[in-house]
Amino acid sequence: MIDVVNLTKRYAGFTAVRDISFQVQRGEVVGFLGPNGAGKSTTMRMLTGYLPPSSGRASIAGFDIFDQSIEARRHIGYLPESTPLYHDMRVHEYLRYRASLKGVEASKVKERVGDVLEMCDLREKERALIGTLSKGQRQRVGLADALVHDPELLILDEPTIGLDPNQIRQVRELIKNLANRRTVLISTHILPEVEMMCSRVVVIHKGRIRASDTAENLLRKHRAAGEIRLEVHQPPQGAYAQLAALKGVKEVSEKMAGEECSFLLRTDAETDLTEAVLQLAQSGNWSLRSLLRRKPTLEDVFVDLTQGD
Amino acid sequence: MRTFITLLGREVKSFFYSPIAYVVLFFFLIATGFNFYSGVSFLNQGPSEVTVVEAAFNTVLFWFPFVLIFPLITMRTYADEFRMGTIETLATAPISDWQIVLSKFLGAFIFYILLWAPSFLYFTAFEQITGKAAAVAAGAYGGSYLLLLLLGAFYVALGCLASALTNEQINAAVMTFVAIFGFFVTGLLGFILNSPSQAVRDIISYFSAVEHMADFSRGLIDSRPLVWYISMTAFTLFLNLQVFQYRKWKA
Repeated sequence: MIDVVNLTKRYAGFTAVRDISFQVQRGEVVGFLGPNGAGKSTTMRMLTGYLPPSSGRASIAGFDIFDQSIEARRHIGYLPESTPLYHDMRVHEYLRYRASLKGVEASKVKERVGDVLEMCDLREKERALIGTLSKGQRQRVGLADALVHDPELLILDEPTIGLDPNQIRQVRELIKNLANRRTVLISTHILPEVEMMCSRVVVIHKGRIRASDTAENLLRKHRAAGEIRLEVHQPPQGAYAQLAALKGVKEVSEKMAGEECSFLLRTDAETDLTEAVLQLAQSGNWSLRSLLRRKPTLEDVFVDLTQGD
Repeated sequence: MRTFITLLGREVKSFFYSPIAYVVLFFFLIATGFNFYSGVSFLNQGPSEVTVVEAAFNTVLFWFPFVLIFPLITMRTYADEFRMGTIETLATAPISDWQIVLSKFLGAFIFYILLWAPSFLYFTAFEQITGKAAAVAAGAYGGSYLLLLLLGAFYVALGCLASALTNEQINAAVMTFVAIFGFFVTGLLGFILNSPSQAVRDIISYFSAVEHMADFSRGLIDSRPLVWYISMTAFTLFLNLQVFQYRKWKA
């Protein structure tokens, strides 16, 4: 559905997007992650035909985004960052305008607008001026606009930014429902959201793609994948060495706080050392206060991939 | 074509979403009405060689509000879209940039025509009441209104160009005013300069909206201003497209 090859965007003085390539298959829901200024919006703007690429190419549903821009755009429902809307129009008026602008047949406009109003739960607000709506409602109007011509591909740039937790949940549910029969490229900072919704994750940092995989695979491959914390009361001499000697341990750190000592063991993702640590503690008669295996989160992966350099 | 009509429809309607359209219509009606009144009362003072139409379109009272309306009409066109970010939803819809530029221009131009529409009634009313012709011939009407359209097209295009250059309506309005005023004053140089050479006078005459109006309102339809205004409008719109794309692509 999306095919990006060596796409680059240079501005005077800096390169926002460097030579990125990725594919999105029909029906996939792909999370597009990266810190602010990583090049997410720039990439999305190139895909939607707003910005021309400096070099490289990309196509949407087989149409080149530059040479066949208009055709490509027909297949896209785009929600730009911060959801710009005409505040002096009414909701239904705006959606009707957008529908016919995007080439929905005159006879179908009313029906389509009715459908998206229903989908986005905007029926009660259809006659309201957009300027009087709350942020969450505006976000839904933006989504309704993205959907009104029934596009195969949705490109959503931070659809949940600035919303309260309830609104975030509403929008997330909505997107989840939409994803059923569409391809979705969504950028966000809310990582649990990505794990919940996306079949694949593309991480971009400083204009380069750092990773492109399923969330599970990213977690498995992650450096700090396995982590075990244990707290021991008055640990015996040599506890550190014994822990470090366990098979599969990559790194041990130790922190004393009075008579309590906490150890942190790092392993790779697959090995689960809780059993081995427990045996060691029992055989050595340690007074174990807690033993915890922490699974890495997408946040760890994200931080790891996008910090430094 | 249907999408263009949709775009154009929104542009025209957008004037009426905000109160400014009604304010402009109201004051413009008062200004042109007063201008017409003073034209007629000037003619009332004694015999004169000018017709009512000439008197109405060749006074300071005509030119002053005329120059002022363009910044008001055009300042919103692009500046507001850039400021609100709606330019992004607009420019990613499946429409070409030319369609956007033309719809914004034509939208403002149609509003400009709406502003002038009531003025036609003044002359009709004059003829009904006095039983005398307001102009010597139909050509004088045609000429006056044709020049209004030509001048209007060029100034509206200038206004759109200024609006595309900025995010702030007020900046757009000031730039438009300065540009139009600049053209206007250049045209007046012919009255100020001491015996300019023929070449200079020829060049200045292209800029002189006042002289053009003096001719056209007498029914003298010269092809030079006609070509000048049409080509300047086209050129300004071409620049407008370049500026629009440049700002969009720089974003």
